[in-house]
Amino acid sequence: MIRHFLRLEKKQFFRSSYWQKSIFLNILIGLFALYFMVSFLIIGIGGYFIIQDQFPDKDPLMLVNSFLLFAIVGDLVFRYIMQKLPVINIKPFLILPIKKSKIVHFILIKSSFSFFNIMGLFFYIPFSVVLINQGYDTIGVLGWLATMILLIQSVNFLNFLINKNTVVFGVLLTLLIGGYLIQHYEVFNLAAFVGQGFDFVYQNPLFVIVFIALLVVLYALNYSQLRKEVYLDAIISEKTKEANTSDLSFADRLGDLAPFIKNDLRLMWRNKRTKSGIWMLAVGLGYGLIFYTQDVYANIEVIFVLVGVFSTGTFLINFGQFIPAWDSSYYNMLMSQNFKYERYLKSKFTIMAISVVVLFVLGIPYVYFGWKVLAVHFAAMIYNIGVNSHVILYGGTFNRKKINLDEKAAFNFQGTGTVQWLIGFPLMLLPMGLFALISWLVSFEIATVVLAALGFIGIALHKKMMRAITNLYIKNKYKMIHAFNQEN
Amino acid sequence: MIQTTQLSKKYGQAEVLNIESLEIPKGQSFGLVGNNGAGKTTYFNILLDLIRPTTGSIINNEITVNQSEDWKTFTGSFIDESFLIGYLTPEEYFEFVGDLRGMNKADVKSFLAQFEEFFSGEILEKKKYLRDLSKGNQKKAGIIAAMMGNPQVVILDEPFANLDPTTQIRLKKILKTLTDDKEVTVLVSSHDLSHVTEVCERIVVLDKGNVVKDIATSKETLQELERYFSV
Repeated sequence: MIRHFLRLEKKQFFRSSYWQKSIFLNILIGLFALYFMVSFLIIGIGGYFIIQDQFPDKDPLMLVNSFLLFAIVGDLVFRYIMQKLPVINIKPFLILPIKKSKIVHFILIKSSFSFFNIMGLFFYIPFSVVLINQGYDTIGVLGWLATMILLIQSVNFLNFLINKNTVVFGVLLTLLIGGYLIQHYEVFNLAAFVGQGFDFVYQNPLFVIVFIALLVVLYALNYSQLRKEVYLDAIISEKTKEANTSDLSFADRLGDLAPFIKNDLRLMWRNKRTKSGIWMLAVGLGYGLIFYTQDVYANIEVIFVLVGVFSTGTFLINFGQFIPAWDSSYYNMLMSQNFKYERYLKSKFTIMAISVVVLFVLGIPYVYFGWKVLAVHFAAMIYNIGVNSHVILYGGTFNRKKINLDEKAAFNFQGTGTVQWLIGFPLMLLPMGLFALISWLVSFEIATVVLAALGFIGIALHKKMMRAITNLYIKNKYKMIHAFNQEN
Repeated sequence: MIQTTQLSKKYGQAEVLNIESLEIPKGQSFGLVGNNGAGKTTYFNILLDLIRPTTGSIINNEITVNQSEDWKTFTGSFIDESFLIGYLTPEEYFEFVGDLRGMNKADVKSFLAQFEEFFSGEILEKKKYLRDLSKGNQKKAGIIAAMMGNPQVVILDEPFANLDPTTQIRLKKILKTLTDDKEVTVLVSSHDLSHVTEVCERIVVLDKGNVVKDIATSKETLQELERYFSV
């Protein structure tokens, strides 16, 4: 039975048009994965000696243990954002003579082998080998390693529970905040306490049993939850939520662009893919805090450009790069409706331009880090409206990938093609490079002005560029229709 | 109204459509029948400029469809669910299409009021998104949207499929009134021979992309068609 499933999985993977069409993307993801593996491997092998070198008075294993809590919590957060629930299309199996429990076990076990679970092993295994080599107790280290593997698997299953259940998520969030506060105000050294727990496991490897029990419990919980959902109505009932119609008549002021803009707003609020993308805005907006709070970066002016372009342009980039794929599932209909293509693109441009201004306004508090920051952000805003928005619309003409709006966003590469990756470079690097060059040659002020001036030139040429872009879209129309009709 | 000349569509070597000449006069109710793969949907897709013909062209009311977009102002169509915007409620969808076809909110409302019976309380004010409606109800919404804004040409691909018997009868009534005053040209494709013979005054049979029969509907048409297809 398992053999059948595996064979189907293999076929699904290699036969999806998605795989075949985007070899470049797959290579990129592959390289990305390889990068992580190699760096983990290097840390795993060298970690022991680095710690010994840096903290000669501490035991490397105990030091690692005292940080494990952060690693586990970080892993969980990372997974919550990135890892998709394991899915196979169960519908065709339901009417075949296969036990439902088997289907569920297969889904769960399949998830055990996800990339997220394997990545950590590239650190833990070499680290353990080095430990044994360095004369640590073999049984103890093996027990510790087993604990780590069990913990990774437990986090894997815990993540699915959190994903499905808002109550669990709420509990976890309170625990996290509580833990952070305790740690922060040094009420109690939680990380060290947890670390001592792991030290204890090393000294008494038999306690691995506790973690086996934990994994079994989590697996069982997942099983019982999924088992209940192996019915058509469970899949369906989850989908039908009552429609919430909000009054968007304020958009009517935008004249003949209003119907499209209203649609785009609804598109964003009502679909999984876009909804989970909305919080990316918060990340983008807060991007500057990562840099500006650190003295190392606070005085590198090029960083202002990076943050400026990114924080005012998160929406532009996230939304813009998938124009017109957002509308891919009803592209046929749009193409036979009574409107000019230019109007459609204009509405996309308007919504992006508005977002850039709004994000700039929301980012005004950055002035706290100096007037220079705000000045550069302002220039970046103009640049985003005048240059980047057009570039991204131009990139859209290469869009050939259908987007399924019902799927989650982060690390969802559906809809991304080579061009979407390439276009990222001019969006960020070009203004940064230009700014760095001019501010080095002339001055900070002139560089800022040039950035804004480029934006203004773009705005002045807006009509001309839009016409050219529209013609490209019309030229590519049939190819897009054909591509959007293909399921991934 | 609609002239087709030397139209063909090839995918590689395989020819899926080849129509030497086909003329549909204004106000005609025109039915297209044929087995799977006969080229019905391909023809409609070319007519809507969704795919390009390999040779030839279709002229819709003096506009060559793959050269100008002006046919969109007077052509309403519904091919399949991909013509619906799943995340909108039916009301919002009608409003959107109405907007594009120059109708204001009140226009849309009074237009929809005519079809209350057709909707049979399943479409409007249900607080559901189009994606959550059943196939049949989605179809109802799509068909009515195709008729918005007084189009002169209405194109419906398989409008009877997925509809319940009552709605099928109501749809036939709607299509008949639409063509009553010979102003609106209606193109319908179907697998159901009795439905098309009832609604259409002219029926064209496609087989492997070719026109094999072109009949003005009469009492005998249904038997003739049944004889043709029962091989």
